[in-house]
Amino acid sequence: MPLYLNDDQKMLQDSAADFMKGEGNVAHFREFRDKNCKDGFSHALWKQFAEMGFTGILVSEDEGGLGLGHTEAGVVLEEIGRNLTPSPFLTTAVAGVEALNAGGKALRDKYFPGILSGDSVLALAIDEGPKHRPDQIAMAATREGNGFKLDGKKQFVVQGGSADTLVVAARTSGSAGEDKGLTLFAVDTSASGLSRDSVRLVDSAMAAHVEFDGVVVDADAVIGEVDEGSAVLQRMLNAGRAGSAAETLGVGAGAMDITVEYIKGRKQFDTIIGTFQALQHRAAHLYSEMEIARATVLKAQQMLDEGSSKAEMMVSVAKAKASKATSLSVKEGVQMHGGVGMTDEYDIGLYMKRDRALSEFMGDANYHTNLVAEMHGY
Amino acid sequence: MSDLESFRAETAAWLEANCPPEMRQPVVDESDICWGGKNPTFKPGQKEWMDKMAAKGWTVPDWPKEYGGGGLSRAETKILLQEMGRLKIRSPLSSFGIWMLGPALLHFGTEEQKLHFLPPIARGEVRWCQGYSEPGSGSDLASLQTSAEDKGDHYLINGQKIWTSYADKADWIFCLTRTDKSTKHKGISFMLFDMTSKGVETKPIVLISGQSAFCETFFTDVEVPKTYGDDVSSVVGEVNRGWDVAKYLLGHERSMISGDGSSGATSLGSKFADQYGRDEMGRLDDPMLRAQMAEMDIDVLAFRAMAERFGDTFKANLCHPAQPNMMKYAGTEINKRRHELIMSAGGSEVLEWESDASNGGLTARGWLRTKANSIEGGTSEVMLNVVSKQILQLPNA
Repeated sequence: MPLYLNDDQKMLQDSAADFMKGEGNVAHFREFRDKNCKDGFSHALWKQFAEMGFTGILVSEDEGGLGLGHTEAGVVLEEIGRNLTPSPFLTTAVAGVEALNAGGKALRDKYFPGILSGDSVLALAIDEGPKHRPDQIAMAATREGNGFKLDGKKQFVVQGGSADTLVVAARTSGSAGEDKGLTLFAVDTSASGLSRDSVRLVDSAMAAHVEFDGVVVDADAVIGEVDEGSAVLQRMLNAGRAGSAAETLGVGAGAMDITVEYIKGRKQFDTIIGTFQALQHRAAHLYSEMEIARATVLKAQQMLDEGSSKAEMMVSVAKAKASKATSLSVKEGVQMHGGVGMTDEYDIGLYMKRDRALSEFMGDANYHTNLVAEMHGY
Repeated sequence: MSDLESFRAETAAWLEANCPPEMRQPVVDESDICWGGKNPTFKPGQKEWMDKMAAKGWTVPDWPKEYGGGGLSRAETKILLQEMGRLKIRSPLSSFGIWMLGPALLHFGTEEQKLHFLPPIARGEVRWCQGYSEPGSGSDLASLQTSAEDKGDHYLINGQKIWTSYADKADWIFCLTRTDKSTKHKGISFMLFDMTSKGVETKPIVLISGQSAFCETFFTDVEVPKTYGDDVSSVVGEVNRGWDVAKYLLGHERSMISGDGSSGATSLGSKFADQYGRDEMGRLDDPMLRAQMAEMDIDVLAFRAMAERFGDTFKANLCHPAQPNMMKYAGTEINKRRHELIMSAGGSEVLEWESDASNGGLTARGWLRTKANSIEGGTSEVMLNVVSKQILQLPNA
């Protein structure tokens, strides 16, 4: 498969770009931020996502979706990133759906209709500390009657406040650090004993601290097999990481485009500042980094879609590289804008804040760099 | 099984059956690279492997069969290279004829030129060198002064080239000459001639690595016929339009040098962890070095994906014409960093310049060699200029 988008994917890209630019653009983002919306996104827009078919990209055709892959999900995510579109797409339709794809049919039948119609929101309850450490998950799920009782705390549950359902990773046996003994659950947020404290993040997205105080779920809530959740978690993380790398790429590309346009127009010393070699070389270096990041993201998506056994390595490469390139893009962006780059009026700072939040989602560049070393056996 | 899957299986089987064992050893130094030519120095296995691959057209797998190539599609070529990589099989033949002159002739050459010059390149019979840079024309290559005076049935060449790779070992040269002094870019021609012609002299240049891969090349009243035989022109493309050919080739050269970024893409960290020691967790026993190695692994894997994407988009005419400049910049900068890291990991042992233990200072010489990557074929600074102007459309001062 050549490493560029095919004609169908390009068509999807065009329609996603038009849609985000038209309906989910930066003005829309500002509107929802400024009215201090408690969900942080527009439910009407989320319904439109569903009407466009986006929420069914990773749902099989048999189950009413489009039966497409990570490459197509990434196409939509890149446009979300480029336009700073607030939506629960990444947690619900990408990572959430992939977790459910790894489980049984009953759960898919239960949750997919709401996702396909744009009525449901899923969030992921993985992290237990300020940094992403999925191998250290310690939250307990103990057997109780026909099901399990969940006790513990999760944080950085993005869209956790508006979610109907959480995908929760907890320990049914063993201890932190062990592969076996993890189990994933689909838990309705209306469950008794579950409390959520939703907070606004630096990028205006909403994330929740979630406390589980004896939350009882029955055995049907288990995604996959009891004690064998590592594989389900890994599949969900692969999707979420590749997806977040794609969104990050969109943020970086958007920031670069804005910045290059800006330095083509801004005059100082009676000269367009974009004529200065000091800025030209930095802009060209940034372009090079973004191009390389784009290649890694597409490669990771294609490898996931092919079911390659080496996909996990490439997903980490993509997450790390996209994060670094985009971080460079937003930092150069603010600096090259000068004083106005510090103002809320200009958009470039919004891109910097979104990049910061996305980089922490499912592991930052350092986390994935370390993973690559471990996968290489050193 | 799909056609490509069966091609992969057949290719792997043929490679396994035919590749001499010596050609499955890692390339250690320059003498392990097979350059062919009229005065070749073959190590055991090299000639056999070159001839076997040439017979299948696989020294130049994607060239058309009528010019000595294998006639393979891009997908098939990729598979052949992947299988050679997987089986750790060396390239059968390296040459500037394959990398540079060949693509130029395939694009700009007449049918007669293709039939005359390409098959001997594919068979490794003629070794070519490139006459581009001059002492006063480096980054500003189009200012070159080596003159080719029209003398009716021949051109008379006078001037000097510099940084001519392996000029002292090459049989023929593809050379940029000035055929019109009244104009800059539109007064240059792309000429082909024999390095044994009267009036050609070469002098190797000793580099900081102690090696001499480059020469100064002097031309004094060298007579170059206008045609070889009846109908093979010594000029590629039109007279005075050699810059078009040179620009096209610079694209190839830039993507070729950029390829260094992903070469030897085995993980540095796993290699050095064995040699350096591991902690109780099995990690490389120097956390800072480990972190740098891991970052390098990521950059090398990332650049490999970039190279694949560049190749795919280039073939499909989807990439920006200036994209090779970005590739050259990124690839060479990664390669330089990679060798800095190798030196750092080696510590004092790789400082030894002539000892047997250091294999004659191989690591240090290789490190110094990479410093030229971002100078030759267009400096990193020129690459960034081109990207900023042609791709980002930033204005001129």
